[in-house]
Amino acid sequence: MVQGAVANTQYNYEIVKKFAIMSLVWGVFGMSGGVYIAAELAFPFLNFDIAQITFGRLRPVHTSLVIFGFGGNALFATSYYVVQRTCQTPLASNWMAGLTFWGWQAVLFLGVLSYMNGIVDSSKEYAEFPWYLDILIAIVWIAYFAVFLLTLLRRSQPHIYVANWFYLAFILATAILHIFRNLSVPVGLFHPDSYSVYAGVQDAMVQWWYGHNSVGFFLTAAFLGMMYYFVPKQAGRPIYSYRLSIIHFWALSFMYMWVGGHHLHWTALPDWASSLAAAFSIMLLMPSWGGMINGIMTLSGAWDKLRTDPIMLFMITALSFYGMSTFEGPMMSLKSVNALSHYTDWTIGHVHSGALGWVAMITFGSLYHMMPRLWETRLYSTKLVYVHFWLATIGIVLYISAMWVSGIGQGLMLRAFDQYGNLAYTFIETVSFMHLPLVVRMVGGMLFVSGLLLMCFNIYMTIRHAKHEQKAIEEAQLAAKLARAGV
Amino acid sequence: MKLTHESIEINAGLMVALVMLAITIGGLVEIVPLYYIEDTVEKVSGIRPYTPLEQRGRDIYIREGCVTCHSQMIRPFRDEDMRYGHYSLAAESKYDHPFLWGSKRTGPDLARVGGKYSNAWHTQHLNNPRDVVPESIMPAYPWLLKNELGYSDVADRMRALKMVGVPYSETDDEYVANVKQFGEEVANMLDINRAEENLVAQAQSQNYDGNRKRLTEMDALVAYLQVLGTMVDFSQYDEGYFATFR
Repeated sequence: MVQGAVANTQYNYEIVKKFAIMSLVWGVFGMSGGVYIAAELAFPFLNFDIAQITFGRLRPVHTSLVIFGFGGNALFATSYYVVQRTCQTPLASNWMAGLTFWGWQAVLFLGVLSYMNGIVDSSKEYAEFPWYLDILIAIVWIAYFAVFLLTLLRRSQPHIYVANWFYLAFILATAILHIFRNLSVPVGLFHPDSYSVYAGVQDAMVQWWYGHNSVGFFLTAAFLGMMYYFVPKQAGRPIYSYRLSIIHFWALSFMYMWVGGHHLHWTALPDWASSLAAAFSIMLLMPSWGGMINGIMTLSGAWDKLRTDPIMLFMITALSFYGMSTFEGPMMSLKSVNALSHYTDWTIGHVHSGALGWVAMITFGSLYHMMPRLWETRLYSTKLVYVHFWLATIGIVLYISAMWVSGIGQGLMLRAFDQYGNLAYTFIETVSFMHLPLVVRMVGGMLFVSGLLLMCFNIYMTIRHAKHEQKAIEEAQLAAKLARAGV
Repeated sequence: MKLTHESIEINAGLMVALVMLAITIGGLVEIVPLYYIEDTVEKVSGIRPYTPLEQRGRDIYIREGCVTCHSQMIRPFRDEDMRYGHYSLAAESKYDHPFLWGSKRTGPDLARVGGKYSNAWHTQHLNNPRDVVPESIMPAYPWLLKNELGYSDVADRMRALKMVGVPYSETDDEYVANVKQFGEEVANMLDINRAEENLVAQAQSQNYDGNRKRLTEMDALVAYLQVLGTMVDFSQYDEGYFATFR
């Protein structure tokens, strides 16, 4: 225990704490923003004729804050935590880690301001940042890579633990994707707008190579890194199969980069490219499920934990949603299914079963595990974790079922013909049809956000108690010292 | 030395190198050929870069995030053909930096919206969609009629677009080449030196927003919407000609 305490003080936990807290803060803003734009679609008066809060401008605010704010900060936090603990060495550079923190928060804050004021590359989904923020992101990312790699090189263990492989692949892939997606020519040195170096069909392919792999590496590989550390830790069991983790790591890293073209089925992208992408999408089911099986089976022999440990519930549910959405994804990449699903809410539902079900749930589980340990205390309330779990789960189920109804419904209506061979419905009739599912989706989102708010309260109380405890310990130590000195 | 997976697990440099190899192949195979396979972009006449006014309209389309709800990519299905028109060609977006194909249709596709509605309809619709489509869930954009169009930077914008490959002309040689490729009337519109006067003249003569006294953002956006999908004359081509490029 003494040894552990010594080691703990050597690790840089301050940076982990900061990132973890900001993950929750941006999570609240990003997800509330999501609920608001969902409400705008159901009740358009909520746009209030204010340019800054129309759906078109708030949508990238929502996606960026959730992916890069909530997800990104959680990844910085957990990767810095995991790499220190598994390499048994402190971070290689504290100032560079600090640079990644302040740089990243600046990117997010300035990004939101830019989007709302109409400075936005809106066709580059998930890369909407204007060119000057793209440069800042690149600098932050290089520093991140340097901190991570140099820490790996200082490890006191011969082996690099599997979680770090995934974090490493995520850092490298994100760097490549970010740089090549954002190559563009600014209108002027002091002009916020820029034009992509790619045009038309090539720009489309580059976009979905980027777009799908920010899902593949940012939202999957990286969170698998999280899973590979926190699931075995929380379960108190070793990972189910080391060999499986090797196979699925390399298969996932190699195959993901091929699948982006399935977003462009039936478009002006040549058939060979989207068909190749679809073939890899179907193959990708194997490594994806390899990862899911490896995570879930880690619990074998400790299944009773699902009855007693709500954090484990979060993690196993996350892996189940991961398995569900990595099945749904390949299915939607089939051309005949895609013909119906593309351009509809089904895609939105699919993304959220991954983003809420997998990414957010594994993050909640990991943060519930990690944050009390960072402050060397216990979680304020386990009951609240249960409440959070059920709010989140019911919220997701409402969300994705509503999107199945509106997406498949709209897809079928748009392709329906009457007995004379004319179109059976106008477009606006499908919009009216979607009103009810859009309201249900909004309610699902509200449940999910209220769960997150409960978590924030729980974590806040946990940290407050830790500070009280810390103070009490310090006072006791001082008293003991004084007593020893015979004062 | 026997090469096992352990050799990678104990060597961070080797791991970085192998991961880089694994993640670059897919992108290279799928993106690079799109620049070299000739059939990727169809051979078709009529397609030209946007005029200065249309380009400013396109900038506003991007600024407002229209692409988040409207695609510009018609797929080769019977229902889409009946609803929107001929399926989109790669050639039709070959000057589009960035592409605006979109990924979601919360509203209808706009790839061939040009000429379908009058300027007055578009102005009214953008000002408040529910004035013309009561069930619409689209936000209203009243500021488009209020905001004067900023165009002092339009030449700089065209220069940036020229750098990424759009054939706007700045020198005499480039102008002559454009006359040869697009005809004199279009070539005049693509001349960066005349960008501002061309922009004002187009807005004046077409009067998109219904108010000649003011040059508003509405003028630019409607000018852009009205040109979408109108550049190719499909009656010139045999049925099935474009299928050979797919």
